Formats: sequence, structure tokens, C-alpha cells
Amino acid sequence: MFEELSHRFDAIFNRLRGHGKLSEDNIAEAVRDVKRALLEADVNYRVVKKFTAAVQEKALGAEVLQSITPGQQFVKIVHNELTQLMGGNERPLKLHANRMNVVVLAGLQGSGKTTACAKLALYFRKQGHQPLLVAADTQRPAAIDQLETLGKALGIPVYADRGKKTLQVVEGALSRARSEGSSLVIIDTAGRLHIDIEMMGELKEICNAARPDEIFFVADAMTGQDAVNVAEQFYHEIHFTGSILTKMDGDARGGAALSILDVTGVPIQFVGVGEKSDALEVFHPERMASRILGMGDIVSLVERAQETFDAEKSRSLEKKIRKNIFTLQDFLEQLRQIKKMGPIGDLLAMIPGVGRAVQEAEIDNSALTKIEAIICSMTVIERDKPQIIDGNRKKRIAAGSGTLVQDINKLLKQFDSMKLMMKRMNKIAGKRGHAAALRSLAP
Amino acid sequence: MSLLERLKAGLNKTRTQITSILGSEGSFDDDFYSALEDALISADIGVELSTNIIDGLKERIRRDKIATAPEAYEAMKALLVEQLQVHRLDEDFPPKPWVILVVGVNGVGKTTTIGKIAHELRGKGKSVMLGAVDTFRAGAIEQLRIWAERTGSEFIAQHDGADAASVAFDAMEAARARNVDVLILDTAGRLHNKINLMNEIEKILRVIRRNTPHAPNEILLVVDATTGQNAMKQVAVFNDVLGITGLVITKLDGTAKGGVALALAKTYRLPIKKIGVGEGIDDLQDFNAPTYIEAMFGYLTENSAQAV
Ligand SMILES: Nc1nc2c(ncn2[C@@H]2O[C@H](COP(=O)(O)OP(=O)(O)OP(=O)(O)O)[C@@H](O)[C@H]2O)c(=O)[nH]1
Ligand SMILES: Nc1nc2c(ncn2[C@@H]2O[C@H](COP(=O)(O)OP(=O)(O)OP(=O)(O)O)[C@@H](O)[C@H]2O)c(=O)[nH]1
Ligand SMILES: [Mg+2]
Ligand SMILES: [Mg+2]
Repeated sequence: MFEELSHRFDAIFNRLRGHGKLSEDNIAEAVRDVKRALLEADVNYRVVKKFTAAVQEKALGAEVLQSITPGQQFVKIVHNELTQLMGGNERPLKLHANRMNVVVLAGLQGSGKTTACAKLALYFRKQGHQPLLVAADTQRPAAIDQLETLGKALGIPVYADRGKKTLQVVEGALSRARSEGSSLVIIDTAGRLHIDIEMMGELKEICNAARPDEIFFVADAMTGQDAVNVAEQFYHEIHFTGSILTKMDGDARGGAALSILDVTGVPIQFVGVGEKSDALEVFHPERMASRILGMGDIVSLVERAQETFDAEKSRSLEKKIRKNIFTLQDFLEQLRQIKKMGPIGDLLAMIPGVGRAVQEAEIDNSALTKIEAIICSMTVIERDKPQIIDGNRKKRIAAGSGTLVQDINKLLKQFDSMKLMMKRMNKIAGKRGHAAALRSLAP
Repeated sequence: MSLLERLKAGLNKTRTQITSILGSEGSFDDDFYSALEDALISADIGVELSTNIIDGLKERIRRDKIATAPEAYEAMKALLVEQLQVHRLDEDFPPKPWVILVVGVNGVGKTTTIGKIAHELRGKGKSVMLGAVDTFRAGAIEQLRIWAERTGSEFIAQHDGADAASVAFDAMEAARARNVDVLILDTAGRLHNKINLMNEIEKILRVIRRNTPHAPNEILLVVDATTGQNAMKQVAVFNDVLGITGLVITKLDGTAKGGVALALAKTYRLPIKKIGVGEGIDDLQDFNAPTYIEAMFGYLTENSAQAV
């Protein structure tokens, strides 16, 4: 995901390592490189300046100059500093168990508000809330249909009142929520430009009428330098209490996260990682810092794997990955687990440098059934040592599984990619200690 | 409102910012260049291209013996315009149907842009058909249907969750059967790093070509002006998979400068076909490089700005 960035940082750190001790000169050079890397990650240039100044100051201090491995020390400073900026304002959500809560979502056009409304509704229902979705976007064509469709798919009620003014919709929704005993009212608003005075005025009115417990600013992870202006203006107008960073399943470096945090001081609470309603995750500052610094998102991967795998399987999988003794049998078992985990592409894309491997592997859920059939037609020895599968064996396996020899070849290639990917994962984990150390980073 | 006014309304910020940094009589020292570089970077032009432009500017200042900041500033804008100008011959409308495939990542403004293009074409007396190939996103079909109604275009759709390629096929057949001038296909937003979705769009392209080898006549990639450097990756992958014929830059009515368009035009030599400057049906404009740069960076002195 942050492949290039990661390479660049590797290069920087390797250079530093070679020097033994840091001089002001080689710090300056590294700082320049860090600055460039952050700019290319779309962190706003003013924020970059501020950040690099802080890092430089720390790096020039005794702790670095006297350390034995200055490279590692420098990594730590950059990472710490970034984590601090990302998570300095972390706080729990202000939602209450024993009364009705109101949440408003706002942001630029197309940032992912409506989708995020459905995601939040699902997320909080899992925590015992009874959400009511409110279609208060009276502007965009079919905005109401969109929310209604999403709500229907989740079995979550949606309040809409076509033809009514936005404020009337909000009022109507609140009274229905009260009478039905909803515990969480989630209001979807129209996308608007921060410089649109009229529409920003409307948003303020919505907030005044709804008296929300949380106001979420929804921002696209691909946003560039302008993120600061947008966030600043929205914050100025409605004092949002949290942010949601969407489309994090893309390969944007997400520097906007840092920009938004820096200019508003408001914590990022969630990240959107897909189009489906369950593709919402809690924001982790340290992971985001790692992501921006090209350290990948291994922690997320491990956590998501754990959520689905039972603990024991998860431990043994980790061990096998670490020792690189992963067989086709394990592959089969893992694929069966992965089926439960949602789109595979999402998952694999979290591993830095894997993008290409996935491309080669072309794994998709519909192919899983075929793969299962193929592996099931292999002997135990073949599953252990796929290198012994020659032409004759391939023909037999193909006949047994009702597939073609090409399918067998494709699978074996996929398996190779998978192993390659795991090797990469190990390398990254190794850089920061062990997989266990990585996991301990998770709050 | 004219394009210039319209763009200026949104893009004002950079201009005042640079003007305040530079004043009107700067000297060409490191501060001068780093102020320019900041301005370029804050417009999402990207580090590499910004550095190139500054280097090119230094060269020109030497070559043309430029002495004042406003002159230097104009020279920089001229360099930017050069980056943006990509000429491609537009074919004329026959063969029928003229097919436009619209693609891009999520939420950039594909469907809205299609509505605006349809409106423009209808204004020129063309018959237009819109095909709802986005069968995935909730409410997408309904959204396009509304745009078809607004623009008096014909409309072809199946149902939520239908096979996208099969809708594309239906639309192609219907457009030929009904002899429409232009068929515009709305596709689902897709992140370029999702293999399955990129495979799907490739398949859609194949289906479009199956019975109509000349199609699609245009494959437009829509890019949100708010996007940062990720736009480079978007274009790289979409272009690789589909062979993009042009770009549309949307949401230029905001404060984002859309500078990434410069890097895109330079790197991929892709023309910017249209720009989006609002949510309304008329908020679509032709792209003009000098105007764009003018709107983005304005003039260094108030006098020359007022002269426009
Ligand atoms: N890949 C991905 N797509 C997302 C994510 N969140 C939203 N989207 C997509 O982004 C597009 C826009 O999302 P919407 O929820 O309609 O955005 P919005 O902010 O409500 O848009 P407006 O109401 O028009 O301002 C849709 O195609 C969504 O499916 C995400 O986390 N990942
Ligand atoms: N301010 C502004 N908003 C725009 C512009 N173009 C589109 N929008 C808005 O951006 C949001 C998303 O537009 P859509 O046309 O639905 O985008 P899309 O690319 O089709 O989205 P998906 O199909 O979900 O991927 C809507 O709220 C549009 O009204 C523009 O030029 N300026
Ligand atoms: Mg919406
Ligand atoms: Mg659309």
C-alpha cells in the first residue's frame, strides 16, 4: 500500500544507519526526505513543516546523537511524533446507554456520508442500540432512495419525508424516534462545500435543531492539500466532535488524516474500509502513523484475522506464517476461514507490497469453491509438498475435481504468490521485532 | 457567471496567498522559490512536478533575463499552461451510436457529470440514452433515472445487483435499435486497487465492443479536484486497463486547486475534456488551459488582475 513510501523510508534509514552517529547534516538530509515523503502522502505542506520541525528538534537532541543505533532511534522519533499528532486527542464517544442519542454526519459531496450512516447504524446496533436513520439530504438526486435501500438491507428503520424541508424532516424524525424509543438517531445530510454560505447555514440549523451528541465530519482518505481548508471551515461552522476517514481500502496514503487532526484537534473515530455496510473500523492512531510511514497495516490484518478465526487456529496460523511452513492444507483451511472474513482483496491489500501479488493471484470469493475442490482432490503428500505435482498428477487432480489443468496451474501459482506475500509480511514484522511485538502495539 | 469568474470564486485563495507571499517586487532568492514551491504544492501539483517547474522557471529567468517578480510569475504560469495543453483530435459524431463510457473511483461525480453532458448534448439537438451500468451502489439506478428525466434522455436499466456487463450489452443493443446519437454508460465507482472491480470494468469494455467494434468512442475518467496525489495512481491503473481517452475534473467550485490535473496531463498526455463546477445541470464547462491556470494562480499584482 505504501510501497514507495516504505522504500523511501528504508533508503533514508539505511543511510542513517551507515553513519553510526547522527550529525546535524545527515539529520537535515533525512528531514528533507521525510518532508518530501509526507508531502507525497498528501499531508498539508504547513502541517509537514510543523511536523518536520518537531522531529528535527528531537532528533538533534542527545537521545539520538548518543544512541547506538541512530537509524532505529530516528524511526522511533518519527513514528512517535506522528502517533502523538494522530492520537493526541483520543477520547471515547459521548453516547449514553440510557437515553436517546443523536448523531449528525456532514462533509463534502461524495465523501461517503450516506454510506457511513448505514455503517454506524450497523456498528451501534451490534452494541445494543436501536438506531433510526434519517434521510435529511433533500438535495441530491435519489439520496433518500440510497439511504432507504441501505436501511432495508440491514433491517434498520429509515425516516424520510419526501418533499419536506430539511428541518421538518429532522424534527419529524426526532419525534418519531422519541415515540418509538430509538436509542440512536443518525442524520444523513447533503454533501456541501465549506464555502457555500447558504448550505453551511442550513447545516448549522440542523445541528441546532437536532442538538447532536456527536457530529462527525466525513472525509475522503484521498483528499489532497485542501483538506485543511475544508476541515477548518466545517469545524468553524459546526464544531464537529469527531471525524470519519473513508475509502481507506484504497491505496491513498491518507496524509489528509494528519492535516485534519492538526487543524481541528478533533479525533478521528472511525475509518471506512469498503462500500459495504460492515466495512467500518475504529481508528487507531498508531496504525495510521505506521501506514503513513509505510510500515503497513499488519496490526489491522492480525486483528481482523483474530476476529474471525478462533484463537487457537489464529495462533497456529501466525506461527506457520512466521516459520514459513505453510502448506496447501493450511491454505485450504485458511481460505475457508477467509470466506467468512469478507472480500479477500480488502484483506490482502492491507499488507504493504502485496498489491501486485494479489493481482497475480486474482483471488475472488467465487473462485474459492473451485480451489477447495482442487485441494480436496490432492493427496496428503501433495498438499504438503506441492512441488511434486507433475503433469500426470495434475491431470488426475483436474479429473477428480472437475476442473482443468490450467486451474491447477493457476492455483499453484496463487499459492506461490501467497507464500511470497507471507515472506514479505515476515520481513516487515521482523523489522519491528516479531509479530507478537506488532500485536502488542494494538491498543 | 463566466468560467473565469466561476473558477475564480473558488480558486481565489491561492492567488491571494501567493500574492501576499511575494508582494510585487521580490528578489529571486531561495525564499522566493520556496514560496512558489509552497504555492504549487498546496495546489496538489505534487513535489516532483513542482520541482521541475521551479527548475524550468530558473532556466527561463536566466534565459529571458527576467527581472521582476510579476514577470517571473507570468513565466511560471506559462510553464504551467504548457504542461496542461494536450491536443487530441476529436472525431465527429458518426458512427452511431457515439458511445461514452464513464469510469472512476467512488463518489467523484460520474453520474452527475453524465447528467450534465447529456444536457449539453440535448441542447445541441442530439438524442441521448443513459445506461445504468452501476448496479451495485444503493440508489444509483434511481439517481441516473432522475438525470435521464431532467435531460429528456432515454434510459436503460435492469435492477439492483444485476450483472453490470449485461446491462452494458442491453444498452448497446437498445441504442442501436433506437438509432440514438449518443449512449452514455454510468459505471459503479471502483477503487483502482480492487482487482475484481477492475476485471469487471474490463469485461464491460469487452461486451461493449462485441457487436460494435468502434465503441466506446470515449472512455472518460472522472477525477475529483479535491484528490491529492492518489489521482496519479487512479489514472495509471484505469488507463492501463481501459485506455482512457480523456479526463473530467469535477468539484472545481470548491477551494481545491485541482493541481493534480497538471501532473496527470503531463504524465499521461491525456486531454481534460470537461470540468465540473457545481452540482447543477449547467455546471459543466470546457477546459481551457490558460483560463484554468489564470483562475488557479491569478496575477501577481492587483492592477493586472483588475485588467481582466
Ligand atoms: N471503497 C470505498 N467506497 C466507499 C467508502 N465509503 C463510501 N464509499 C463509496 O463512495 C461513494 C460515495 O458515497 P456516499 O455515501 O454516497 O457519499 P455521500 O457523502 O453521502 O455523497 P453525497 O450525499 O452525494 O454528498 C459511493 O460509491 C460509496 O459506495 C469506503 O470506505 N470505501
Ligand atoms: N460541488 C460539486 N459537487 C459535485 C460536482 N460533481 C458532482 N458533485 C456532487 O458529488 C456527489 C457525488 O456525485 P455522483 O455523481 O453521485 O458521483 P459518482 O462518481 O457517480 O459516485 P458513485 O457512483 O457513488 O461512485 C454528489 O453530491 C454530486 O452532487 C461538482 O462539479 N461540484
Ligand atoms: Mg449522501
Ligand atoms: Mg454514480
